[in-house]
Amino acid sequence: MSHHIVHVKNLQHVYPDETVALRDVSFLIHHGESVGIIGANGAGKSTLLLHLIGYLSATSGEIVIGDDRLSKETLPEIRRTVGMVFQDPEDQLFMPTVFDDVAFGPLNLGLAADEIEIRVAEALERVGALDLRDKPPYHLSGGEKKRVAIATVLSMLPEILVLDEPTNGLDPQARRQLIALLQAFHHTRIVTSHDLDMILELCDRTIVLHEGKVMADGPTLEIFNNDELLKTCRLEKPFAMQSCPVCSPDKQTSPKQSPLVAPHSGKPHDHHHDH
Amino acid sequence: MHMADALVSPAVGGAFWAAAAGTIAYCSARVRKDLDDRKVPLMGVLGAFVFAAQMINFTIPATGSSGHLGGGLLLAILLGPSAAYLTIASVLMIQALFFADGGLLALGCNIFNLGVFPAFIAYPLIYKKLVGSDPRQSRMVAASIIAAVVALQFGSLGVVLQTVLSGVSALPFDTFLLLMQPIHLGIGVVEGVVTALVVSFIYQARPEILESALQQKPLGDLPIKSLLATFLVATLLIGGVLSWFVSENPDGLEWSIAKITGTPELPEAEHREHQRLAKLQEETALLPDYAIPAEEGEAPSAATERMGTSLSGLLGGAITLVVCSLVGVFLKRRRSAQRKEA
Amino acid sequence: MLAIDGTFLDFKQLDLLALRQTPVHRLDPRAKVLTTFCFIVCVVSFDRYQISAMLPFMIYPAVLMAVGDLPFGYILRKIMIVIPFALLIGLFNPVFDRQVLMQIGSLDIWGGWISCLSILIRAILTASAAIILVAITGFPAICEALEKLKMPQTFAVQLLFLYRYIFVLTDEGVRTARARQLRTFGNRGLGIRHFGSLVGHLLLRTWERAERIHMAMLARGFAGEVHSSRRPSHFGRTEVFFMAGWITLFILLRLFNAPQFLGGLFTGTMP
Repeated sequence: MSHHIVHVKNLQHVYPDETVALRDVSFLIHHGESVGIIGANGAGKSTLLLHLIGYLSATSGEIVIGDDRLSKETLPEIRRTVGMVFQDPEDQLFMPTVFDDVAFGPLNLGLAADEIEIRVAEALERVGALDLRDKPPYHLSGGEKKRVAIATVLSMLPEILVLDEPTNGLDPQARRQLIALLQAFHHTRIVTSHDLDMILELCDRTIVLHEGKVMADGPTLEIFNNDELLKTCRLEKPFAMQSCPVCSPDKQTSPKQSPLVAPHSGKPHDHHHDH
Repeated sequence: MHMADALVSPAVGGAFWAAAAGTIAYCSARVRKDLDDRKVPLMGVLGAFVFAAQMINFTIPATGSSGHLGGGLLLAILLGPSAAYLTIASVLMIQALFFADGGLLALGCNIFNLGVFPAFIAYPLIYKKLVGSDPRQSRMVAASIIAAVVALQFGSLGVVLQTVLSGVSALPFDTFLLLMQPIHLGIGVVEGVVTALVVSFIYQARPEILESALQQKPLGDLPIKSLLATFLVATLLIGGVLSWFVSENPDGLEWSIAKITGTPELPEAEHREHQRLAKLQEETALLPDYAIPAEEGEAPSAATERMGTSLSGLLGGAITLVVCSLVGVFLKRRRSAQRKEA
Repeated sequence: MLAIDGTFLDFKQLDLLALRQTPVHRLDPRAKVLTTFCFIVCVVSFDRYQISAMLPFMIYPAVLMAVGDLPFGYILRKIMIVIPFALLIGLFNPVFDRQVLMQIGSLDIWGGWISCLSILIRAILTASAAIILVAITGFPAICEALEKLKMPQTFAVQLLFLYRYIFVLTDEGVRTARARQLRTFGNRGLGIRHFGSLVGHLLLRTWERAERIHMAMLARGFAGEVHSSRRPSHFGRTEVFFMAGWITLFILLRLFNAPQFLGGLFTGTMP
């Protein structure tokens, strides 16, 4: 049952100047999964995302989203199904007011005025930005801009949410708010980030990209426990796992230190439990 | 240089508003038909870029004075004529509305001078022709300079003509012309050089940006000849309308022409002039204690009468200002009271 | 090296002022735009030696500022910007127009000074009308009003996009120029070559930003036409009264020199 799956098959992307951005990338994401995509800069994360919304066309390979194979005809439907939140909210909030931005998508879908009102109100409600409705975008704080940017996508009622570096540039509290917000969503979520701690909290499954290739694809914890892999791909463990006596025993000064005294906040060692 | 509201008469301003607005409508239709939908964000953002770039001054070599980028020609090179014209018009409109950079009546003149000449004359007829399909650096620099100089010469000529036809300023035509054209020659060269530098930078960094623009047919399928013909007709029309207006008010133009040619005024004309001036005085006098030198043979009572009338003008003016301020203050107090009740 | 700079950022305030709720704010934007347009046309149509007849026109900005709850000092600062520009042009007049039009005691007043003052008053009146219009309407609403009054939609979209990104771009421009400024010791001005590369970099980043915006637009279903959601606006009786009242007043003030009349009442001489 192809209930809004994301199936990438042997995706290849070569730039006009011959650099290979993506090499034979394949994976299958099921409905409701929360997947992180990590990798060094230039590994191909953003390129991959641009394929998912149909902005780039593949040199070879194909993408199937839901029942539709990505092609020129299916593009409009796919763009409704896949809601992408870009890195810089400044690029995403281009209308005069918050209302106009959140209404942009529904207007393009050809919805009636009263339906649009409802969609906008609901989207803003979900991100907790209802009071920002009539404000111009340049009067918003960084965190507010991010939330409104997410609302602009939510108003199209997507099945799949794709977020490119969502915590980039946010202050700690705004970041915390965003993670809480994303955790509350039931959409299929695909998130790229350098914020490995967020990936740890948010994503059950992680795909590691390196030089355009999929180096690993599996449960997040497994990936982050694989030191060899992390090193090859110019990554490291999330901070939360770095001074953990169980996860990184060699880093501890005293081996007699109680494993129950977790230096990180929250429930001790809950990242060892199976989800 | 920008035209200012202070220099333009309603007739001239209105005529050029019509011309500028008509061109906006034409270009809007053209841009709509353009299949490249990247234009929408591009025009907006490049307009903002021009705004930002104009804020950064550079020193002009050999003179030490500072200059800034106009941007009209650059926009034409990056966007093509119609899109560039719309962008220039939008930048000027926002400048006029928020920064009083000229004024709202003169906006039509400014959009015409700074939009039409770079986008529809300098770019397609000079820059593109010179650069052709071979965008070597030397060619681009030369083409930029020549195109910019031409655009600015036309632009400043436009300002001079609009000013003189308006008859508001006291500047005589020949002085103004001799002042404006040489200055704008220099400004044109600088603009051309700076535009060329930026264009070569882009060409080296991301040539595809310029390539798509170069391949466009700037005037579509419109033959150059008919465009020039239209331009000529428009000029004649504007000229005709304006002369009609001017003939209704001989004072302004006559007076400035008299100044230029130095024709000694005829005695009757002098008498007429004096009476007219006296009447004007009545309407504009603001200060007390003045006297119009009595005309020869005029009864002293007439002079007193005129003095009284002028005095009233002054008094009335003062009263008016006080009344306006009082009304404003009163209304404001009422608002605050209303708000406190609420 | 950086012109304007600080005063620029002050303009963000205008949008916030436009969000207030006062009787004039609630008026349909079309009424405000058209009335302001008539105001400007009337002021500008005075001939060059007029002074006293223009003064009553002050009442329009005064009333709007009061009822619209606009901070007087802020608006005044914005209007002050006009004055140097107006003087720059107006000061040519006394140079060329030396016809003595009146005398104060033994001092000859040239026509040039009178027309210069006239230019100044004109500039102040039109600038205040424009700024106040934005403060009580907001730029997006003005664009929408113009669109309803037959301005092409493509141009309206352009104005809105430009307005949206002016602050973003000028911030970037300021940062780039300042970064460069910090690396020049000895206060040397920016040479043309360096300007070319500085602005070139800015242009590249701008172009890339446009591409990203385009991506974001496409991702939300953009297919070439920007649809705007019409703000609910009602052109009703209030608007008709507003327009009819003010425009009648403007025409009357334009045709009859009220200050003269008023003064005449006091001095006992009627024209």
